[in-house]
Amino acid sequence: MTQPTLQARSLSKRFGDRVALRDVSFDLAAGEILAVIGPNGAGKTTLLSLLAGAATPTDGEVIAPPGERIGWVPQQTALYSKLSVLENLRLFARLERVADPEASVAVMLEQTGLRERADDQLGRLSGGNRQRVNIAIGLLAQPVVALLDEPSASLDPRQRERLWRFIAARAQAGTSIVFTTHDIAEAERYAARLLVLADGELLFSGPPADLRSHGSGDMESAFVSFLRECGH
Amino acid sequence: MAAVRWMLLKDLRILRRSPALTLLLILYPAAVAVLIGLALSRGPGLPRVAFLNEIPPSESVITLGTTRIDTTRYERQLFQAIAPVRVSSRAQALADVRDGSTLAALIIPPNLPHLLASAAQSAYVQVIYNGDAVNQSLVETAIESKLAQANALLAVQLEKVAGSYIDLLLSGGRLNFLGIAFNVLGLRESARVLSAVLSTLPRGSPLRPRLAPVAAFAKIAVDNLASSKAVIGAVGAPIVVHQKVINGRRTPLDFYAVSIAVTVSLMFVCLLLASGTLAMEREENTLERLRRGLVSPTALLGEKALLASVCAVFVGFAMLVGIGLFVPLQWGRVGLWVLALVGGALAFATLGVALGGLVRDVRAASLLALLVSFPLVFLALVPPGAVAAGLYDAIRVLSAVFPFKAALEAVDAAVNRSSPSLWTALGHLALLVAGFGVLARVALRR
Repeated sequence: MTQPTLQARSLSKRFGDRVALRDVSFDLAAGEILAVIGPNGAGKTTLLSLLAGAATPTDGEVIAPPGERIGWVPQQTALYSKLSVLENLRLFARLERVADPEASVAVMLEQTGLRERADDQLGRLSGGNRQRVNIAIGLLAQPVVALLDEPSASLDPRQRERLWRFIAARAQAGTSIVFTTHDIAEAERYAARLLVLADGELLFSGPPADLRSHGSGDMESAFVSFLRECGH
Repeated sequence: MAAVRWMLLKDLRILRRSPALTLLLILYPAAVAVLIGLALSRGPGLPRVAFLNEIPPSESVITLGTTRIDTTRYERQLFQAIAPVRVSSRAQALADVRDGSTLAALIIPPNLPHLLASAAQSAYVQVIYNGDAVNQSLVETAIESKLAQANALLAVQLEKVAGSYIDLLLSGGRLNFLGIAFNVLGLRESARVLSAVLSTLPRGSPLRPRLAPVAAFAKIAVDNLASSKAVIGAVGAPIVVHQKVINGRRTPLDFYAVSIAVTVSLMFVCLLLASGTLAMEREENTLERLRRGLVSPTALLGEKALLASVCAVFVGFAMLVGIGLFVPLQWGRVGLWVLALVGGALAFATLGVALGGLVRDVRAASLLALLVSFPLVFLALVPPGAVAAGLYDAIRVLSAVFPFKAALEAVDAAVNRSSPSLWTALGHLALLVAGFGVLARVALRR
């Protein structure tokens, strides 16, 4: 494995008495696409928040390349609904201290197919289009690592296909991608490696084919069988 | 600083696109402020009271010695405190009170002049209430205060009558009694006559030892009666008020109402805007994004407080200028107005961001801001002596911990030159800014 772009070292997070994440460690290589899967409440969103620096771990650390920005696309759209698509992108480009905000915004509008809707207020966009802006803002600063929390959840099949093409292009350009999803088939299709979390514990880290070997049917059946084997 | 500038521009753009909210932020505090100002500067309306005067017109003037007292004069005084509805009988007065067309009935019995003149027993008036505690309290206060004034005026009249009798006893003169005029010698003249008679009697005269005690008594009576007039005056008005204001200039109620109205507006705009704009960042899920190093917590809180303060100072200043067109304010103190408004606005805005950091959405922030602000206004306006001493001390502490009282003192000092000084109030506000700033930082970590 080449020099990792991101390292998680014994990450733990507690909310009061509840342990949301327990001793999770892994490395992320440059250009790698990593999917984090697991049942509801497994700790997927917590893990991404810790990697993004949006939350502080109770124990452990996240080691990121110094001076490099990590892109984060939260599960719920984090945008100003009273501002237009263009105004949202411009604002975050400036806050991210992007060298040429206008050029970055133009690229993002083009890549997300939102040029025609640039002047529309966010509040008037569909859920799918809002999510596209949400993703665009997370990737505005050309980060070395992009963390996407259920990025395809509110997208239609056409938008989803477009998203994965966009993400694959980013990965080929060297951006490391970590995404969470409930769609096991999607994880198998687009990720080079899977992390399986359940009740805050990291149960599996490896290529999708290794997880599939735990069952005789499709990937989803294999995943459920694996969880059952692990007592979840 | 660049991040603060972009965030500030963003919030202003959002405000511009929320005309209903912006209008509400300006109109609501202005309306509340005007209402408070009117309530403080205008007296209450007069309670409607059924009024029955049973004294026959021919007996409305009573004679005490040589003094004639017109009882209708006291009736007029009473009408300053109530809106009288004249009725012709007790039955009508009772009916009016029962059906609620009047809050109470005031009946002056026919024997009032007689009782006043005889001084054998206290004269009385009868008041009938409808049993509503609030209404009873309102009418009771109005009538009792005016009766107290009438009693005081009557006491003065009675003092004059008593004084004239004492003068007659001391100095002598003519007294009319039952149409017959008498010449009264007077104690001074009696003492002088007795002294003259004693001086003409031979040393061994048997009359001398019998007259000497009488002459001594006459002298003592003259001395004591001369001072008794002053005693009667003191009894008639045991305590009189000599006013002296020591802490700076006394603020007339109308001008104080201006300060209150402006401070209330300042408070509402700051609290609602500061707490609302910060809570909006949570509601839109952007706070987590911003906290990832895009904007530092201090810069974010500072930006919200600055935006709220600028808007509130603008609203407060506009109110003062508007009021200044109708009320003679001192325009030479405009610089101090701005200083006081800025101090007050910063303190309110810092409290606002502390509240905004606690909640997850704008509606909760607005509700919390209103829940906190209303009691603070009322507590800060409780005058000393209106409640028990211990409770007032607790209110003072609470008022000192929140910015309303200090902001009101600053605005009042700047506008009306009242005490404590503007600088003391600004110092107090600076401490509150520091305290609430720390709380806001803690609240934002949630």
